[in-house]
Amino acid sequence: MSDWLEATITLHRPRALAALTRLFRDIDTAEEAFAEACLKALTVWPKDGTPRDPLAWLLTTARNSGLDHVRKSQRRAAILARHSEEFQLMPAETPDPDEMRDDVLRLLFICCHPELDRRDQIAIALRVVLGLSVDEIASGFLIRPKTMEQRITRTKKKIASNPVAFETPSPAERGARLGEVSLMVYLMFSEGWSTSAGQNQIKLTLCEEAIRLARLLAALFPAMGEQAALLALLLFQHARRHARIDTDGKLVALDDQDRSLWDRSDIAEATGLLQKAQRTGHHGVYIVQAAIAATHAHADSVDDTDWASIESHYAALYALLPTPVIRLNQIAAQAKLHGPYYALKAMETLAQDLSTYRWFHAMRGGLLQETGDHNAAIAAFETVMNLGPTAPERVAITEKIEISQNKLRGV
Amino acid sequence: MIYAITIYGEPGVFEALPKDRQEEVMSGHGALQSALTDRGEFVSMKLMPPTSAVMVEPATTEGTAPLITDGPFAETKENFLGFYAADFKDLDEALEYAKMISSPVARLEVRPVAWAGGAISSE
Repeated sequence: MSDWLEATITLHRPRALAALTRLFRDIDTAEEAFAEACLKALTVWPKDGTPRDPLAWLLTTARNSGLDHVRKSQRRAAILARHSEEFQLMPAETPDPDEMRDDVLRLLFICCHPELDRRDQIAIALRVVLGLSVDEIASGFLIRPKTMEQRITRTKKKIASNPVAFETPSPAERGARLGEVSLMVYLMFSEGWSTSAGQNQIKLTLCEEAIRLARLLAALFPAMGEQAALLALLLFQHARRHARIDTDGKLVALDDQDRSLWDRSDIAEATGLLQKAQRTGHHGVYIVQAAIAATHAHADSVDDTDWASIESHYAALYALLPTPVIRLNQIAAQAKLHGPYYALKAMETLAQDLSTYRWFHAMRGGLLQETGDHNAAIAAFETVMNLGPTAPERVAITEKIEISQNKLRGV
Repeated sequence: MIYAITIYGEPGVFEALPKDRQEEVMSGHGALQSALTDRGEFVSMKLMPPTSAVMVEPATTEGTAPLITDGPFAETKENFLGFYAADFKDLDEALEYAKMISSPVARLEVRPVAWAGGAISSE
């Protein structure tokens, strides 16, 4: 029975924590109050049945137990004095949707504190907003729980020393917060995606939690195409999780993946979300990236892929975000359209900017291999090996070097 | 008589369950689907989460087009998740089949269908 209750509590945690953080002006108090409400729920709900509005029940119970603590605590007495009126006014039902939306956004934005390292931002969001245990977060980042614990404690201190305003944000402020928070969600997914391979370390927790947050944002901001597209983008990518790692735990490149292993229901949901996002007529970075992911997702094979469309999406993305990495991706699509010589020539302009970027050299090695220049290909692959590749990348690159060596030996 | 077994629940609760519990719920659906397949035609649909929904609101003034909005403000309140419909002998039989997919994440409503077209027909 407790599994069902825990699932319900997990679902409501972000909203509840957000409202409680506004109420108590303090994340620790909010967390303690929520934890107590959850304990109570685990004893009361099985007896009396799950309440019709679990969020309202959790909020009311947490508010009451939090207030008890605040009254007893000297340190928090000042908070109580300052906000006593609000405590009286806090209704026993769920806050109205607009307020709830700003609360959740604020809590996530607090996690994106600019003085925090990106990984600490992600870790604190996982801990506070999503309620993951320190052990779960540590294993997601592949570090020791003890280290994670210390980092989270330090992060909380930094957050408390520089509070975010609790007033309703202006539209411009809300937009800026949403942009910052969306980027953090995107990077949470990427972090999980890049660590989730090799040596049986398939760590998809971060990816799944990032999808949960993206779902939350899409639900809270239904009119924002970018947030629907962010969710679509993550789902398109996540759909490939079973195909990108083979039975030996080795990373499989997109071109070589068994597409029958792609998760069709993720792709279907992402497709629906992208179509909804595209109706807004807005061309944000997530909509364009989701469109690229959709083109891959709907192709039966590499050869069947609409590379011209991918190339033009990358051109659009480069107009929004002119970074060398995006340009490199555009050139990768051009390689499919115009061949390796064209792409190698185009890559020359990026050589300086991307001299320490592993994928630049890996891609260059692959293209050189296609042209039959195996000596140059080996040199490019060896550059990758000197730039600190991850274990699964190392395996893949070693294999490529062997292919070129065999060609040179005429095997 | 055709009965619809409609499913309501909070979107996201199922996804938050541990894998073995999810499988428990799905095995109920698997059993219902194979039982319904054995006895004839039926329709079933699982809806995607409400975040993917778009609303077509009625035109407010005569002569204007219906208004398309980005969906209701998605709350975690109970939501329509999907349904089954099949021709049953009577209400009791429909209820027996509905029980197969009963779980703490879903509230089920069994309701007679007034008209159906397409794959199964009420005529």
